[in-house]
Amino acid sequence: MLSGILHALAGGVLIGLAAGVFFLINGRILGISGLAAGLLGWRSGQRLENGLFFLGLLAGAALVAGPGMPLALVSSGRLVVAGLLVGVGVRLANGCTSGHAVCGLARGGRRSIAATAVFMAVAMAVVAVGRVL
Amino acid sequence: MRTRALSALLAGLLFGCGLALSGMVNPAKVLGFLDIGGDWDPSLAGVMAAAIPVTALMYRLAVRRGRTLLGGALPGPATGGVDTRLLAGAAIFGLGWGLAGLCPGPAIADLALQPGVLLFVVAMAIGMRVADRWLPRKS
Repeated sequence: MLSGILHALAGGVLIGLAAGVFFLINGRILGISGLAAGLLGWRSGQRLENGLFFLGLLAGAALVAGPGMPLALVSSGRLVVAGLLVGVGVRLANGCTSGHAVCGLARGGRRSIAATAVFMAVAMAVVAVGRVL
Repeated sequence: MRTRALSALLAGLLFGCGLALSGMVNPAKVLGFLDIGGDWDPSLAGVMAAAIPVTALMYRLAVRRGRTLLGGALPGPATGGVDTRLLAGAAIFGLGWGLAGLCPGPAIADLALQPGVLLFVVAMAIGMRVADRWLPRKS
């Protein structure tokens, strides 16, 4: 448990530094869903920057966790349904965990406070219901 | 231009290392964090507890300067109001997050670790496309 918390704190510092660098140098809010939408190309955006960001993201994860790290996923059907919901939800909410729960809260934005409260509460409720069913 | 590109790469690298180090890349751990009524693993709260103050500090530095380090414009303050679209979107996102334990950043990072996550990422891209195409924001 203690090691879990220390890892979470250290990871959180790196995530905060990433958001800070992206704001201080690029003048942009680090929101993964917005960056992904920009990269996929139906929104005008800085394609090169977004592409390089995701290249770094993959490299960083591989560097620390190492490919082949055993990660248990839910069933394929559930992955697809969850993916569709996450995709629709983050575009309607104009942000996800990074844009709202880290950057938005750091800026004290009212929209981000509301969004974070709602998606955390709903996700916790889904897990609680799944436990009963 | 080159500095901006390198900075984006660095931000991605830091973000990916942070997701992996914290355990956010592991859906089972995320589901354990969300399971407050059951076998709750609160450790991931440390991610937000550390990330938010570091981000806030660096944002404040930038805002005090009034410009980016390269002299570019900064985004304006977060002043928008809460509306139904935001709340509905957050609720739909929460549903998906609770079903799989994956949100967009970790899901994309997991492409480097667990190929099976591609199914989620493709579905997510389709969902994003659907929302942007058929439920566009009124400007």
